[in-house]
Amino acid sequence: MRVKALETLLVEKGLVDPAALDEIIDTYQNRIGPKNGAIVVAKAWCDPAFRSALLTNGTKAVSDLGFYGRQGEHITIVENTPEQHNMVVCTLCSCYPWPLLGIPPSWYKSDAYRARAVRDPRAVLAEFAVTLPEGQAVRVWDSTAEMRYLVLPMRPKGTEGWSQEMLAELVTRDSMVGTGLPKSP
Amino acid sequence: MTRVHDMGGRHGDGPVVPEAEGRPVFDQDWHGRALALTLAAGALGQWNLDISRHARERLSPKDYTQFSYYEKWISALADLLVERGVLSRDELKTLVPDGPSDLADKKMLADSVAGILATGAPVDRNGPAPRFDVGDKVRTRLPAENQFVAGGHTRLPGYAAGHMGRILSCHGCHVFPDAHAHGLGEDPRPIYAVSFAAKELWGDHAKEGDEVILDLWEPYLEPCNG
Repeated sequence: MRVKALETLLVEKGLVDPAALDEIIDTYQNRIGPKNGAIVVAKAWCDPAFRSALLTNGTKAVSDLGFYGRQGEHITIVENTPEQHNMVVCTLCSCYPWPLLGIPPSWYKSDAYRARAVRDPRAVLAEFAVTLPEGQAVRVWDSTAEMRYLVLPMRPKGTEGWSQEMLAELVTRDSMVGTGLPKSP
Repeated sequence: MTRVHDMGGRHGDGPVVPEAEGRPVFDQDWHGRALALTLAAGALGQWNLDISRHARERLSPKDYTQFSYYEKWISALADLLVERGVLSRDELKTLVPDGPSDLADKKMLADSVAGILATGAPVDRNGPAPRFDVGDKVRTRLPAENQFVAGGHTRLPGYAAGHMGRILSCHGCHVFPDAHAHGLGEDPRPIYAVSFAAKELWGDHAKEGDEVILDLWEPYLEPCNG
């Protein structure tokens, strides 16, 4: 295996610490993932002042919750409304808000998603079993720079009085990329 | 002028295949290893993020198309290690080290990983005052080519080149990848979220009211009064 061979060579040269690699893998495998983003979304649904701060300065609002770091140095939150659905792609590579969602799933990195999300977002949404109501326009955000985007989906109906923790359970990864909707209660 | 990584709007890729949430982050162990090795090698400070993106984009179209995601990463990493003199071509070929590296004191240690990942590398800088205001009509440059280096790195996708859009917001000044990927310094420039009507980009098949928004540096944009 080529990766193992390259790792061994770099370790022998004194350039790489295998324990540091284990630590990086553990971070993204077990500690940083879409549960972070779900906390942000659920809090925005419960706390109007936080929602407003989040939409004004996403980087600061999520940093204040402890979500900051590599591939999440600049964050903009885009809010879905009955008139507008947001969806995020990176056509040139696979830019993704790591501190909020972790490492992107394979479909996000696939040629098909990168090629088609910008041209035919509604057909791509249909492949995720999402059909938008008539009158809801689509905004596709192509992550061409270091700004990372997270979609704030609409709060599901029938969740009045729910706690932030219960609401976070309804927030899916795909709903924060814009290829899905939150779960129904 | 087309480049293989610049695939936005391309036809013929077939459906997107969604995945259940909660699946393992790395399908195979070596995927995580490839990602971690790339981050750890980056910490040696011999290149920046724009240089490493460009290294992946420079893979031959044949390799880029055939390689899996993390094969692209590892292949680009091997190229960079040799180009920057971190490894010799011989070392990479024989896998026998030719003595210790003088970069060893820059090695990322396990107990510094959390701090490095949490710190990140913000790209906002002081720079020139923005030339455009929110709401201004602009036209993107055509062709989508690096203006400093022929065939160089750029973040203006081909599908958005030569089109009319509107300034949605300004993010301040960010490091300019077209310069930064080629050893020309950070050269910070104003950067904007620019909105394009889907019909402007794709013609009559697109739906009225739909938009595509890109983050574009000021040198990619010209005023548009038409």
